Amino acid sequence: MKDRPRTQDFDWVLLAIVAAITTLGVLEIYSSTHASAMAGMQWKQLMWLGLGVAGMFIISRIDYHTLMDQAPVLYMIGLATLLVVLAIGQSRFGAKRWVSLGGGPNFQVSELMKLIIIIVLARFFSEVRTDRLTLPDLAKVAVLTIVPVGLILMQPDLGTAMVLVPVAVVGAFLAGIEWKHLAVGFVLIALMIPLAWNMRKHLKPYQQQRIETFLHPEENPRSAGYQVLQSEIAVGSGGFWGKGFGKGSQNQLGFVPVRYSDFILAALAEEQGFIGVCVVLLLYLGLVLRLVDNAQKAKDRAGMYIVMGVTAILGFHVLVNASMVIGYMPVTGIPLPLMSYGGSATAFVFLALGLVMNVRMRRFVN
Amino acid sequence: MPSWNVNDQKIPQGRLALVSYVFVTIVVLLMVGFWKLQVVQSGHFADLAERNRVRSIPIIAPRGPMIDREGRVLVDSYPSFSILLMRDDPKSLEKSLPQIEDGLGIDHGDLRQALDAAKSEPKFMPVIIKPAATQADIAFVESHRADIPVLELMMVQRRRYPHDSMLASAIGYVGEVSVQDMDQSDGHYRPGDLVGKAGLEREYNDQLEGTDGMRRVVVNSVGKVMRTLDNVEAIPGRPVQLTIDYDLQAIAEADMQGKEGAVVAMDARTGEVLAMVSRPTFDPNDFSVRVPKEEWQRLNTDKQTPLLNRAIQAQLAPGSVFKIVMATAMLESKAIPENFTAYCPGSAVFYGRTFHCWRPHGHGTIGLHAAIVDSCDVFFYNVGKQLGIDKISFYASGLGFGRRTGIDLPGEEPGLMPSEEWVERVYHHKWYAGETISVSVGQGAVTVTPIQLARMAAAVASGGTLVQPHLLKSFPNPKVDHFALSENTVEQVTQGLYGVVNEGGGTGYHLRLANIDLCGKSGTAQLMSYDAANRLGNKKMDGWFVGFAPRRNPEIVIAAIVQDTMEHGGEAAGPVVRDIVKAYYDKKTARSQQQATTDSPAEPNSTKPLVATVGVQHQ
Repeated sequence: MKDRPRTQDFDWVLLAIVAAITTLGVLEIYSSTHASAMAGMQWKQLMWLGLGVAGMFIISRIDYHTLMDQAPVLYMIGLATLLVVLAIGQSRFGAKRWVSLGGGPNFQVSELMKLIIIIVLARFFSEVRTDRLTLPDLAKVAVLTIVPVGLILMQPDLGTAMVLVPVAVVGAFLAGIEWKHLAVGFVLIALMIPLAWNMRKHLKPYQQQRIETFLHPEENPRSAGYQVLQSEIAVGSGGFWGKGFGKGSQNQLGFVPVRYSDFILAALAEEQGFIGVCVVLLLYLGLVLRLVDNAQKAKDRAGMYIVMGVTAILGFHVLVNASMVIGYMPVTGIPLPLMSYGGSATAFVFLALGLVMNVRMRRFVN
Repeated sequence: MPSWNVNDQKIPQGRLALVSYVFVTIVVLLMVGFWKLQVVQSGHFADLAERNRVRSIPIIAPRGPMIDREGRVLVDSYPSFSILLMRDDPKSLEKSLPQIEDGLGIDHGDLRQALDAAKSEPKFMPVIIKPAATQADIAFVESHRADIPVLELMMVQRRRYPHDSMLASAIGYVGEVSVQDMDQSDGHYRPGDLVGKAGLEREYNDQLEGTDGMRRVVVNSVGKVMRTLDNVEAIPGRPVQLTIDYDLQAIAEADMQGKEGAVVAMDARTGEVLAMVSRPTFDPNDFSVRVPKEEWQRLNTDKQTPLLNRAIQAQLAPGSVFKIVMATAMLESKAIPENFTAYCPGSAVFYGRTFHCWRPHGHGTIGLHAAIVDSCDVFFYNVGKQLGIDKISFYASGLGFGRRTGIDLPGEEPGLMPSEEWVERVYHHKWYAGETISVSVGQGAVTVTPIQLARMAAAVASGGTLVQPHLLKSFPNPKVDHFALSENTVEQVTQGLYGVVNEGGGTGYHLRLANIDLCGKSGTAQLMSYDAANRLGNKKMDGWFVGFAPRRNPEIVIAAIVQDTMEHGGEAAGPVVRDIVKAYYDKKTARSQQQATTDSPAEPNSTKPLVATVGVQHQ
């Protein structure tokens, strides 16, 4: 047994997969923007990646048990930050999600909440001493989750709010939720869909529109439905082999919305074809399986919950983003982790990976 | 160590594995989703992608100009903008229609109609919804590029008639191609194409219209043109040079100002039409864009038929001008002795009916020459009675009556020269002999067009050569008919026609011109019977004058009619003929003087810059 966590114990296989995905991402950002006014974006993304890697190393150094000790404090900080954003945050793209960091780049604080919820729920689940999750425990999990979800919804940011839910669901599942509770949960969700449908009048206009256009994509050609349609056109016209690097007319000419960010998979699908998409999806599958592997090898349940929290969020991102690109889910503004351009999102993923490394490095440490 | 931080629980490997399987399933499902789009439906989406980015914009070829015989521009084209509606995305098209109707002020029905007309066209072909965009329209399109991507601007060449209604009836007008023409054109025409609808615009449409080009461009998501894929240049239409002489045309137009009727001036030797006027007329500029419904209605229902080219389409009683034919028939047939005389007491009774002479007190005893000069009706009643309708008809037909002259204009009418055979065929009864008396003075069933009268006069004066009138300078092989007349006939008839203008007592004596052998014949056609006119007190008449110069083998021949006038033909229409003939000779004199003073070839100075203008426009 080693007595000290060492960098050599990082999951280099996982990092190799991450490197492959980010490389594809940076190349696609370059390819889809080089001929436009946004040319040079790949350099900024590389900078974010560098900052992310640094953050990953730093966070891996702080023992995750120490972080979990501070879970209540972190939770309070997280909620307080969300409240501050609601009070003073800057509106961008029609929602308050950003806090200006003293002249520096703006930071989307809900990304921070994702990290905090992972730690908080990991702590909660590891305090459950049995292999069965009781109803009161489930209720507590629900409350812990719903408070930040509610605050993020008020920004409003439906996408990020939804992302917190899988952490709780996967955690509860691993913590031994009873099958009947799980079944009831699914039934409840199913029942809530018509309820939510009746509540849609209380949604922000852009959210209503997104739902409308998801249900009737052709009716509103220049809005979200138009975006989905254009994304589908880009993906479909890419065909099996793709149009080639830098040759995707739909993304190059701006038909694909935010082709360097939320719809980067559409741009890649157009240029690299079905083959390229398969490579990307298999890389993500490899990433997830490798994360699960790390969870399986974690020293304790606390570590496992942390790794699986990260896994839940990343997997959910991939699922929702890829589904959106092919029109299977409404546009919710959830980026594709490690590929989409964006500072906050990239930072979150690497900090989350830092947590994973954190757990992994300490699996043999006593 | 806190209670949660105890490594006493096993990792739930089974449930972790289950999570893996769930994700494997998700990835497989996603791959199936991508497979559907990228492999199963890839053709469909490739098609959509192409429509997204490629637009076909027609480049309209400018129509060729029309110039007069000296190169002066009569019709040309100028660039303007049309608004196109892209139809390749029907859904967004439907969405935008109300906004387009509002923004461009287009009637909903018109827009629908335009779209329906283009239904069978390939989807990438846009429809012209506003042919003449105003500045405001252009601004509307430009400012809505993002939210109404289906609109596009196209530069077009619009028709311009710089002299407004001058020569309008002959020039005709252009308009959108009709559905029938489109069907017959075998794909040559598309909805919204401008074609010649009437007159020369229609007759020489093939020469005037160019070949449209096509520009295929790549546009980005806001409709901005990024680059051109290929460019098929438009081939401009060829210019059409007319035989019209602008100067003579201008005089004819001025003389007919405010009148109803027609004038046609022709080179008697070649058939080249030098001037052609029909009144009332229209301004073809009104047609060059799109005729408002009300205006079109007005033009078509106006009792004065402004769209009619009376020079070739009005079929009218020739009145006393017909006496030229009668005199020719009398001399040529030799059925009546040349020195035949008749006594004219102011009227005569034939077949129990009284026929009047225009001069109530009569001409007394009168021979052929005086009967032509003073237009004695009774003399020609007698001639007609002796000749009979079939002889009259034979000579009239020989001189071109009752059949089209073959002028290069659409819609020419043949007029009518009655005969026994005709009346039996059409009315199934015998010819009434009394009718012959009416026909003898150009009344009754006989009708002619002004162009026919001009050609007839030219034919008689030139010994029976009937030329084919035409307006195209380079008209290929004009047809020439020969209806041989004896020298004696020609001499006697032309002497009579010379006398009309140049002998005191002639009905055109007031028209005589110094140094010019102007000959002619007046004619006054009653619009109703003598008795009816007297009863109603309505003395409105059609006044003819047909003139030519010189007396033998004339250079210029002119037929003029002023309709619905109170004056006799000599007074009403004569001055028009005189003015044109005078202008013709003035020009001729000026030209020969210029030729005498300068050694340079006879090319009028004014011609050069105008020809240059034409050249510039059609580079």
